Amino acid sequence: MTPDGVRSESVVSRLKHATFTELLFVVFHSFLLRRFLFFLLVIWIAATVIFIIPRLSGQDPVKEKLLLEAQRGGAIQTGFEQMAEAYQKRLGLDQPILTQYKNYMFDLVRFDLGTSIAFYPRSVNSMIADSILWTIGLLGTVIVLGFLIGTLAGALLGWPRSPGYLQFLFMPLLTLSAVPQYLLGLILIYVLAFKFSWFPLFGAYNPGTLPSWDFAYIWDVIQHAILPALAFILGAIGFWAVGMRGMMINNQGEDFMIQAEAKGLKGARIFMRYAVRNAMLPQVTGLALSYGTLLSGAILIERIFMYPGIGDTLFQAIRLSDFFVIRGVVMTVILSVATATFLVDVLYPLLDPRINYGRR
Amino acid sequence: MTLEVTNEASSTRPDLSNRDFALDIQDFKVYYDTPRGIVKAVDGVSLAIRQGERFALVGESGSGKSTLAMAVMRLTRPPGRIAGGNVLLHGTDLVSISEEEMRQTRLADIALVPQGAMNSLNPVMKISNQVIDGIIDHIPEDAPKPDADELENRVNELLVRVGLAPMVGQLYPHELSGGMKQRVAMAIAISLSPRVIIADEPTSALDVIVQRQIMQTLGQLQEGLDAAVLLVGHDMGLVAQFADTVGVMYAGKLVEIAPVETIFSNPLHAYPQLLIESIPTMDERKPLTGIPGLQPSLLNLPEGDVFAPRSPIPHTPEDAATVPKLVEVEPGHWVQLSRSSVADFNTYAHLVDY
Amino acid sequence: MDTPQASQSPTSPPPSRSKTDELKQLYWDRINPIIRYARRNPPLIFGVLLLGGLMLFVGIGYLVYDTEQYRVLSADPGDTRHPPSLQYPFGTDTAGRDLFAVAIRGTPLTLRIGLIAGFFAVSFGTVLAFIAAYYRGLVDGTVRVMADVGMTVPPLLILILIAINIEGGLSVDQMGLAVATVAWVWPARTIRAQVLIMREQSYVEISRLSGSSGMAIIFKEMMPNLIPYITASFVTSVAAGILASIGLEALGLGPFDSPTLGMTIFWNIQQSSIILGMWWWWLPPIVAIVIVFVGLFLISSGLDEWSNPRLRQRV
Ligand SMILES: Nc1ncnc2c1ncn2[C@@H]1O[C@H](COP(=O)(O)OP(=O)(O)OP(=O)(O)O)[C@@H](O)[C@H]1O
Ligand SMILES: [Mg+2]
Repeated sequence: MTPDGVRSESVVSRLKHATFTELLFVVFHSFLLRRFLFFLLVIWIAATVIFIIPRLSGQDPVKEKLLLEAQRGGAIQTGFEQMAEAYQKRLGLDQPILTQYKNYMFDLVRFDLGTSIAFYPRSVNSMIADSILWTIGLLGTVIVLGFLIGTLAGALLGWPRSPGYLQFLFMPLLTLSAVPQYLLGLILIYVLAFKFSWFPLFGAYNPGTLPSWDFAYIWDVIQHAILPALAFILGAIGFWAVGMRGMMINNQGEDFMIQAEAKGLKGARIFMRYAVRNAMLPQVTGLALSYGTLLSGAILIERIFMYPGIGDTLFQAIRLSDFFVIRGVVMTVILSVATATFLVDVLYPLLDPRINYGRR
Repeated sequence: MTLEVTNEASSTRPDLSNRDFALDIQDFKVYYDTPRGIVKAVDGVSLAIRQGERFALVGESGSGKSTLAMAVMRLTRPPGRIAGGNVLLHGTDLVSISEEEMRQTRLADIALVPQGAMNSLNPVMKISNQVIDGIIDHIPEDAPKPDADELENRVNELLVRVGLAPMVGQLYPHELSGGMKQRVAMAIAISLSPRVIIADEPTSALDVIVQRQIMQTLGQLQEGLDAAVLLVGHDMGLVAQFADTVGVMYAGKLVEIAPVETIFSNPLHAYPQLLIESIPTMDERKPLTGIPGLQPSLLNLPEGDVFAPRSPIPHTPEDAATVPKLVEVEPGHWVQLSRSSVADFNTYAHLVDY
Repeated sequence: MDTPQASQSPTSPPPSRSKTDELKQLYWDRINPIIRYARRNPPLIFGVLLLGGLMLFVGIGYLVYDTEQYRVLSADPGDTRHPPSLQYPFGTDTAGRDLFAVAIRGTPLTLRIGLIAGFFAVSFGTVLAFIAAYYRGLVDGTVRVMADVGMTVPPLLILILIAINIEGGLSVDQMGLAVATVAWVWPARTIRAQVLIMREQSYVEISRLSGSSGMAIIFKEMMPNLIPYITASFVTSVAAGILASIGLEALGLGPFDSPTLGMTIFWNIQQSSIILGMWWWWLPPIVAIVIVFVGLFLISSGLDEWSNPRLRQRV
């Protein structure tokens, strides 16, 4: 009996004997570094596109907006002079385009998103900071819950030993996954808030209350969050369930599934450790890929529920043609999507041993 | 044409003729219900394997070997179904026991070394855990749970027995070569010392040298456990070196069963005769391809001798249409007797009523 | 190899049919089994039926109903906020639009946005995919990275930036085009992958060695096999286009003078129809949107099964 020998040595022992150039090679080909470069690339390309788009249109919506407001004698009269000056300086439209680009990029690197036009002289950063916690709180909970419940539902739907009546869930779930979540939100508001008055109609807390860390306030916040959360989760459940079911059915034919059964394993173990564990992998990749779409959905849900998160800030800015705020929100969202994608990329090898940090 | 059988083991193989049957398959039928009709992949197969015997099942691709092997383990999946017959494992009929009893029987009493060993391991689980979970799920409810050290020792011992280093347990499947994965599959199969092992082409997709090593290891394991082995394969050369008994399958039916020496020196049915002629020498193994004609579709097979259209023996349409029986022409030598496919039919005609 | 086609070799038989006939036959041979297969594919049929039903409603509506009443104040004065009745089957809104006319007019407009987006996204994506797969190297790398970046960035955000920079907002057709500028990434990715697989396959290799031109290889060897993927990408892009456009419209960046489904949703939100209890205002556009998305989803999963034989066997 001759052992075949272990084909792959451990990463450590490989590195120990590496020369300097080999080390450099490893670093440059390393998974982490490439993912990080991609992360930077996404942000850079997105920032550049955001820089180019207004300049392609050949017109200057910001200036027009300013003139319009000045003529109307609108709310932003006060301090109009300074603002126009600051605006000129910031965009530096008289300077060569490369200089504009350079200044823009420098501002971005310092995460200086500029000043609001409608609420001059508030900085865009402070406006985003005020609203983003609401979004993170709501969205964070809801993305995780939707993913977990949906994946579990899909796993059960795609498991041949599940009770047959579960299959009746499939069509409703599929329909839910096909309906944009903010439209589900509209229906929920109508039925649960308007008709039955079980939940508040909109907002994140009662207008009269002052934010404080007491029980009444927290309860108020939770009540306000339930409907938007439900709208989001219902849609997400359908989305993840449909995908997971497909993966589970696909996995059924894999040799390792047949072998798991030939090993006489208990059903629960085959389900969790073999079927779900493997069908999960594309779901996690999918989470990274669809995070941006989920976030877009969340923006619209906030709009429907007048929930004071970043999506509502964006909507108000669109209404007021507050260009820098729009740009700031877009940049923040893209940054968060890129970060989330990077995190999933970094954590993925922990789930799938075939993806190696050291190599491709 | 004479063929020298170099069965390394046969000279040392014990005489098994009066031992009990470990696995007794009787008139077994496995059908696939497809939109175009019923595929009778296994159609009335009977064979019996004694404790300690090595039985090899050979036949062209698509003849129903894997279908039979999987159905014995009751792993048939829709559209497949077991359509009749019995599988007696040490006297217990596997076809009629409950699903939970069958689960406990798998691995503990009858284990499978799979055909696609390359992909038969869970890609996201360490090897040692894949050996351990089978052991854990067969511990009786009331028995004490083994501790981690005990399990680790057991895994290491199993890995060494199949010729692997204990550290392999800490690796993931993608870090192993094909031969190593096949050894792991064998380690799992013997982890509960089953008395019957089913090996479905355990060497397919491996290179010749590794094939040889794997078969040697399988032989050693079989001897160590005194297990009955049902080996599925299409390489006659490999089979010749391993098996005590050979069963030849054609289009869902067994056409001949005989001790390995007999099947090579005195095959009676035309199909095994052609199979053996198509092997040039023992050193140059090749898959069974060299027989003129095609295996018929198993969909809506005609009654009678299904090999007749490819048989070189002159025969009438009536000969071909007669349903042949599998009869024992001498002790341990069974042939599906038909005028169309057995040249010596007249010698044995007294055994049948047609 | 891109050697020009050698002049008729003496041994080859004279062409009995024209080149286009031959090509037609080639594609027909592909499509005929598709039609036969579709009969055995319930999701596909069900999806087509859903969309067909919606189109039937629109078509009949155009024939029998005065759709001009979609305009503001087209209902008789005082007939604003009118619940469904015989005169106004879907009721009227706060601005006196006849919502039945709005539904008949708006549904095809929304589909039009999706079709424009889908068509341009798939055309652009396919061309890019071929260019990438043909030139490989740096070109391919650039396309791949752009597509990867494009998949990371939410299309809605880029659309918002485009929309706020266009004076007077986007028209329906511009909206479709704008969506296409971000929606090409999926088709480009899937089709690039298929082309790369295909160019390694023997039949392409053989026809390359036998001196077929690049174009001949693309249209005679590759395109017929790409039909499933292109169709599936198209359906997905249409759905993505409609989704993005409705989102844009709900945020108030749509064509204000067009009664698309998304704009109807926008007016609902703007005028708080929920609190006014005007369920007849928001229900029809939501139902239409659900029908469109479920229909497209069913069609695309039906097509999936068709382009993925592994799945086909299992289902
Ligand atoms: N899921 C299925 N549905 C329908 N028919 C099937 C299915 N699986 C197998 N068959 C048919 O059953 C017959 C036997 O197949 P099986 O896999 O048992 O052959 P085999 O002898 O193991 O072949 P090989 O040597 O290629 O492994 C074949 O004709 C095959 O077409
Ligand atoms: Mg087989």
